[in-house]
Amino acid sequence: MRQLQEICGDDNVFWRAEDLLVWEYDAGFDRHPPSAVAVPGSTAEVAAVVKAAHDAGTAIVPRGAGTGLSGGTIACAGAIVVSTARLRRIVAIDAAARMAVVEPGVPNVAVSAAAREVGLFFAPDPASQRISTIGGNVGTNAGGPHALRYGSMVNHVLGIEMVLPNGEIARFGGTAADLPGYDCVPLIVGSEGTLGIITKIWLRLLPLPEDIRTFVAIFPDIDRGARAASAIIAGGVVPAAMEMLDNVTIGTLNAAFDVHLPPDAGSLLLVEIEGLHEETEDWAASIERLLRKNGATDVRSAASAAERELLWKARKLGYAALARIKPNNYLHDAVVPRTRMPEVLKQVNAIAERYGYVIANMFHIGDGNLHPVLLFDARTEPIDRVMEASAEILKVAIDAGGALTGEHGIGLEKNHFMPWVFTAEDLDAMRRARDSFDPDGTMNPGKIFPGGEACADIPTERTKRVLAEGMWV
Amino acid sequence: MRSPLLDTEGLNQCIHCGLCLEACPTYRITRLETESPRGRLHLMSAIASARIDPRESDAAVLHLDRCLACRACEAVCPSGVPYGELIEEARADIARARGTPPLGRLALWSVSRPRVLGALAALLALADRTGLRAGARRILPPRLRRLDALAPPPGRPAYQPVAVEAPRASVALLLGCVMRVSYGDVHTATARVLARLATRVVEVADQGCCGALHAHAGDNAEAVRLAKRNVAAFERSGAEAILANAAGCGAFLKSYAHLLEGDPEWAQRAAAVASRVRDINEYLAVAADGATFGELAMRVTYQDPCHLAHAQGIRAEPRALLGRVHGLELIEMADADVCCGSAGYYNLAQPDYADRLLEEKIDAILATRPDAVVTANPGCMLQLAAGLRARGKSIPVLHVVEVLERAMRSA
Repeated sequence: MRQLQEICGDDNVFWRAEDLLVWEYDAGFDRHPPSAVAVPGSTAEVAAVVKAAHDAGTAIVPRGAGTGLSGGTIACAGAIVVSTARLRRIVAIDAAARMAVVEPGVPNVAVSAAAREVGLFFAPDPASQRISTIGGNVGTNAGGPHALRYGSMVNHVLGIEMVLPNGEIARFGGTAADLPGYDCVPLIVGSEGTLGIITKIWLRLLPLPEDIRTFVAIFPDIDRGARAASAIIAGGVVPAAMEMLDNVTIGTLNAAFDVHLPPDAGSLLLVEIEGLHEETEDWAASIERLLRKNGATDVRSAASAAERELLWKARKLGYAALARIKPNNYLHDAVVPRTRMPEVLKQVNAIAERYGYVIANMFHIGDGNLHPVLLFDARTEPIDRVMEASAEILKVAIDAGGALTGEHGIGLEKNHFMPWVFTAEDLDAMRRARDSFDPDGTMNPGKIFPGGEACADIPTERTKRVLAEGMWV
Repeated sequence: MRSPLLDTEGLNQCIHCGLCLEACPTYRITRLETESPRGRLHLMSAIASARIDPRESDAAVLHLDRCLACRACEAVCPSGVPYGELIEEARADIARARGTPPLGRLALWSVSRPRVLGALAALLALADRTGLRAGARRILPPRLRRLDALAPPPGRPAYQPVAVEAPRASVALLLGCVMRVSYGDVHTATARVLARLATRVVEVADQGCCGALHAHAGDNAEAVRLAKRNVAAFERSGAEAILANAAGCGAFLKSYAHLLEGDPEWAQRAAAVASRVRDINEYLAVAADGATFGELAMRVTYQDPCHLAHAQGIRAEPRALLGRVHGLELIEMADADVCCGSAGYYNLAQPDYADRLLEEKIDAILATRPDAVVTANPGCMLQLAAGLRARGKSIPVLHVVEVLERAMRSA
């Protein structure tokens, strides 16, 4: 502790039980306080903290803004939390190279804000972007609505500076294209803090589109909305973003934001296209035609930039607004093949109905990334039952040929479900890749990989493990 | 010890999404979860569920004390967590368990006693005139020097009611505590601007301090006592609108309904009075619809008072009013709605954090190269003036109504 204080300063190290309480959570369910917290102010301080922990044999959990939904930043096994929140400099915006160099604690939205001045933007836009950090976005390979056209973080990270588990500082990738040898950058993106602590990131920036058009299409039910979304993709135009909102969500957004969406709509598609004026003109006509042909009762487009921004604000903050219905919710992140979307949605809603939960759907329908949200009150409704319903939802998605996560990461939330999609050999190969960075297993222990005991004293973690191992046949 | 005061429903509303973090002034300067709204709500929950005993935990109490209660978090919270109410409840709970610190007790005792406050102001004015204050400044210990730097300006003219012939409307004006003693001329300016709109300010004899400072500091009983006195006084006035030109006071008057909701005798009366309360900017923006306010060639920047922007959602109105002054140029500063660090007597209780916030605020102000800084709350006026003075700048800090009144005079 003395050592940590010497490195980071007294004000940036915490060890009292009541201080540690505020690092026991993220935005998900699992709770566990770390044994200490250090909030270093520079790469050198991060390296010194990691080295000190390594020498003492103490495990480390990296953390950004703590907006994660999969327990990736929850510290167990006596680990200390190392927060990157104070590393928040935008080191450079290089217009000529179309690149930003940032520290990990920079909030996602700040990158686009800084790049806008030179006519560029940063594409990944997770709903949490006002607060979630670039470091965390890299860790979970975050996406967001516009991942439909632009891909997720892995497509936008050019280089990474990382403190390795032994305290050494290493650099991967960078500004020059076509580096020879193994490309470690895509391996680190999505590694959820199990390989080291990222201290600097080189990001790809894109030119701001000449024209943006945003449509709101109203449907009488979810099924017709889902079919219209499939028709648009099949029609050959790939929108920049395509989101579905169901009736429960629409009501919540109306209550929380001044959006005035039709309250009795069964579902709504928010479709955005970006490009040159000549392109968007053609695309707009064809998308509107497809929407109407597939059952849209009304299609309107945002009349101004302000209206467009309000729609996206409501969409992106909508998840938190659901607390107005019930104080707790479980937000899922499964991905299914687009062609199976309508039937999977039906099954997911049927599960919620069978368990008696209100369900809200607000998700990236364009790329098949489902976000069903089960609403409940943890004071009266047992969490174990919510998790059981959740496991069933996950199983439906996997049975349809889907994936465990689109952008939130595996963390503690879905680690025990990994064998549902990966064979023992797959998992073993992944473990060997991790071991080449972290042979002692001190970086973010208990995450991603199934079956470990590191976090077994968290009750929700045990529940999920029992479900994962019991339900798979 | 389980807390009877904390609203567990309100606390339960927080889903830990973290969207409040970037809005919080103390998180912005520290980047520490302990100094964030989400962290503080979690600590309040821990107190409510007896995981933390506020009598034992200095650390938890310190993190809650460092909250400015600016309510920027509440304004951005999609889940609707009533943070402002919760932090007051938590402070009342802590005050009950630990007592209020002596400095705070003294400040609170004096503001609810107009005569004491008046005597203090007179003393200060005397010390100013005799040169005693300048002399004392050299030998005072830092803490008292700070108090001196932030003391309300002595010697500003007292409030002079303005006669209005054939008024079209009558309103009441909250005279308050610090405003009444130190910013009487802002009240006069308010009355003059209203007179221009043929609106008369009626006298409301028994009104007093609104009680906001007491509630923010956890002295709920005194806040309730003061609230009841004002409810009774404003009821008797019969005025159709009750105006406040101090954002903090206006926000608190509007919350009287909540403060007294548990008291069957007062709940309805408080709700009726609260529903008639308007901030002066809010009132003028409607009442002066279409009117212009003369001319004032000046380059200004506007600081959003927290309890105007966040607590009352009033951001566009003061800017619109300034926009109706011919020749006045409004340059927006960066982060105009981030707290300046004044926050009641926060600048005395938490000097380190208050100074860090003030430094950033003064930087943002100076970057706009203004002739004057405009705001709408006495606490902000004091703090900004002290900050500018410390940097050796003679840029005046004006209330919105002062700008309007000056412009009217020049027309």
